[in-house]
Amino acid sequence: MTEPETAQNQSKDEAVKEYLSFLVGGQDYCVDIMQVREIRGGTKATTLPHAPTYMRGVINLRGTVLPIMDLASRLELKNTKDGNRNVIIVAAIEDRIVGLMVDAVSDILAIPDDDLQAPPDLPADRQKSFVSALTITDNRMIRVLDLTTILSSQREDAA
Amino acid sequence: MSDPMAEIKASFFVECEELLESLQDGLQAIYDGANDDETVNIVFRAVHSIKGGAGAFGLDDLVGFAHKLETALDLVRAHELAVTPEILKLFFVCSDVLADLVRDSREGIPHDPETIAPTVAELEKIVGNPDESEAEETVDFEVTTLSLDLIDDEDSATSAEPVWDIAFAPKPMLYVNGNEPQFLFRALRDLGDLTVTCDDSDVPELDDLDPEHGHLRWDLRFISNENEASIREAFEFVEDLCQLEIRQTAAGANQDLPTLPDLADLASLEDGPADQSTEPPAAFSDPSQPAAEDAPLLPTQSPGASETPPDESVTASKPEPAKEPNRRAPSAAIPKATVRVDLDRIDRLVNLVGEIVINQAMLSQSVEAAGIPPNSPVRTGLEEFQQLTRDIQESVMMIRAQPVKSLFQRMSRIVREASSAIGKDVRLRTDGENTEVDKTVIERLADPLTHMIRNAVDHGLEQNDAREAAGKPREGCVRLTAVHRSGRVVIEVRDDGAGINRDKVMAKAMEKGLIPPDSQLSDGEIDNLLFLPGFSTADEISNLSGRGVGMDVVRNAIQSLGGRISIQSEPGQGTKFSISLPLTLAVLDGMVIRVAGETLVIPLNTIFETLAVSKEDLRSLGPSTHVISIRDTFVPLIDLGAELGYREPLDDYAGGVVLLIGQEDGLAAAVVVDTIEDQRQVVIKGLQESYGRVPGIAAATILGDGQIALILDPVDLISQSSGRTRPSKTARGAEATSLMETNGATQ
Repeated sequence: MTEPETAQNQSKDEAVKEYLSFLVGGQDYCVDIMQVREIRGGTKATTLPHAPTYMRGVINLRGTVLPIMDLASRLELKNTKDGNRNVIIVAAIEDRIVGLMVDAVSDILAIPDDDLQAPPDLPADRQKSFVSALTITDNRMIRVLDLTTILSSQREDAA
Repeated sequence: MSDPMAEIKASFFVECEELLESLQDGLQAIYDGANDDETVNIVFRAVHSIKGGAGAFGLDDLVGFAHKLETALDLVRAHELAVTPEILKLFFVCSDVLADLVRDSREGIPHDPETIAPTVAELEKIVGNPDESEAEETVDFEVTTLSLDLIDDEDSATSAEPVWDIAFAPKPMLYVNGNEPQFLFRALRDLGDLTVTCDDSDVPELDDLDPEHGHLRWDLRFISNENEASIREAFEFVEDLCQLEIRQTAAGANQDLPTLPDLADLASLEDGPADQSTEPPAAFSDPSQPAAEDAPLLPTQSPGASETPPDESVTASKPEPAKEPNRRAPSAAIPKATVRVDLDRIDRLVNLVGEIVINQAMLSQSVEAAGIPPNSPVRTGLEEFQQLTRDIQESVMMIRAQPVKSLFQRMSRIVREASSAIGKDVRLRTDGENTEVDKTVIERLADPLTHMIRNAVDHGLEQNDAREAAGKPREGCVRLTAVHRSGRVVIEVRDDGAGINRDKVMAKAMEKGLIPPDSQLSDGEIDNLLFLPGFSTADEISNLSGRGVGMDVVRNAIQSLGGRISIQSEPGQGTKFSISLPLTLAVLDGMVIRVAGETLVIPLNTIFETLAVSKEDLRSLGPSTHVISIRDTFVPLIDLGAELGYREPLDDYAGGVVLLIGQEDGLAAAVVVDTIEDQRQVVIKGLQESYGRVPGIAAATILGDGQIALILDPVDLISQSSGRTRPSKTARGAEATSLMETNGATQ
């Protein structure tokens, strides 16, 4: 659980970006590391009434109210077991700070833009819209998550 | 703000606000009967300083108007113009116009001369049209007024001490002998009020300048009871080394202070060619003397002193050069030292202190959980710590607090404008102007209060004739008072008008279908009809029939501040609106409750009472709702857990706790919770920014265990509630769909 900012080295090759990869519902995902503020262990969240099921509630992050989103539930994957092994990725999405509850944080990956490929168009999967690209590292397919879409539809839901 | 000019300008406008305030104060004091010279002087000085500053920034509209007003006030000051009520009224209007001009200048809005034309015309009737010499004087003024803080030398003008004019021109030998004019002036200053003007007219071109020679002469104005001999004594050692001329001018003759060029001329005429000096020029002034006199003179020194920084003693002798000129007035209350701080910094401090309070509570809980005995040093130390944090929190909250004075002054303008628009004589009396409230509260109170004041003038008070017929003074009175009462601030707007015409209000409410045609309402209930949305409409009720212009809007605004508003009316005696507000928006007195395993905070001010539910009081209403009977009235029962979606309605509520939630106009609902845990002050944390609006929830807070608890918005909750308190199959289906709609959750 290091602060990801410290792990980021300014890459010489501009086409290479760093991503934080993590496990959600048994699948590999990653997000642009520049959007990640910190990683912390899960704590009991205060339930928000009338909230979508994937909104776990809010927690106290050093005095600010941090909404927690259960990413597995949001991506309609097998729901994460609520235990102490959950990890919260605190991410800055546009002007908001949101905590994403994931199963585990795996690695920090440097992925060249060329290695990213667009996800195939499969209408049966609604979650496809949340994935902006795919890549393969160590024979594992890693999905690049588009956090903006996750939040923007959540925003509408919350309204 | 990188432009230094813009910064100076911004500070000028901040000062303008203060000056306008003191102008208002002064006029109000005169209005209330104060007729001493000092009050007039305060008013004059305020206008004068605004004009001075405006001149420095080339705000011609402002200068022009301020000058006219100043001229008129000068006549008052010189007792050439008596302050009749009409003139005072005009001055009030003028101060409003001046405030408008200041605002326009600040916003950079071009000013429309038409709007102030009538006021200007009125003013000119008093003053006479500005002639040439006056115009010249204005220009003169602009040149000399580089400082924003200038004031006239009121103190010395009124002093009876003799005034001495001293012309001092050192010969070269004076410097050769190691004398220093500065020390002479310092010696003089110890004897009385000294103002030093430096005459640099003899400083030659740079090529001809002999650095070993002095080129400067000084004109000194000395106010002191000392006789000529003792003044000469100060110059004893240099008597032969300089040209010295000491004359006594009549006491008070310095009232019209000679402007700079005059002095220079005078000096050169009287002294002839004088010895020269490259000594740094010195200007002294007694700290007790306003800086106005020497401040404009400072620039003249600069040619001679271009290589040398201004003498230290100049700045040292007046550490705060008339920063708040109006407060230097001897009869005015001695000002408290103040600091202007960026609001963001204060908010940050408030937040941090909120954190400390939370942390402290968390610490207490863990200490308790660790089983440390109550009398152990840790516990006692922690208790002291708790006391300290509470003190810190209170002090920090007070930083944000401001007196309501500025708000009240705005209201006096509303009264003037509203009353003159409808031709009623109205006097606004204010009380408790120094009552302090959170700045945000003050800002957000302005609109509703304006509304209420307008209502009071427009609808509350009768026409002059009607008042006379009713045996009241022609002049109506609106009272605006603020007072601290048990941790809240209570603001009252009271008029001595005819009171609410309840018959008409009833008729109107029935006509609008707000109440059933055959309702029987108590007086209080009728009065409260005014707060109903939709009661007031565009179709204007006649002046005497009552008020109700958007009172629901007013009430909403007050409630959003965590306040309450109530109304009291006495036929023929008038109407009183009371607003009760929390002192701050950052903390809230709340009741900590638990329902369905969740902890919530309910604002204390919305809870009327709490009681235990007994089976006998519960009555089922429709298929899925209950009412509870409380002292013979039936109040709908609301299950908080069910409304917030935490649980299904229970089969049996007996044994639960009911909170009676109400508004000013009566009970709204009985909210069922599981237990009441605590009553405490909580720090409000916004939920809206981080998550969005949640129906029925006002904000969040952090409890002692570090957990977040939601703060309920009971009024919102009740207005949106389903009222479902009985589990029933059909209702459950309906609930499920409604949940779907509200959540829009992706399933």
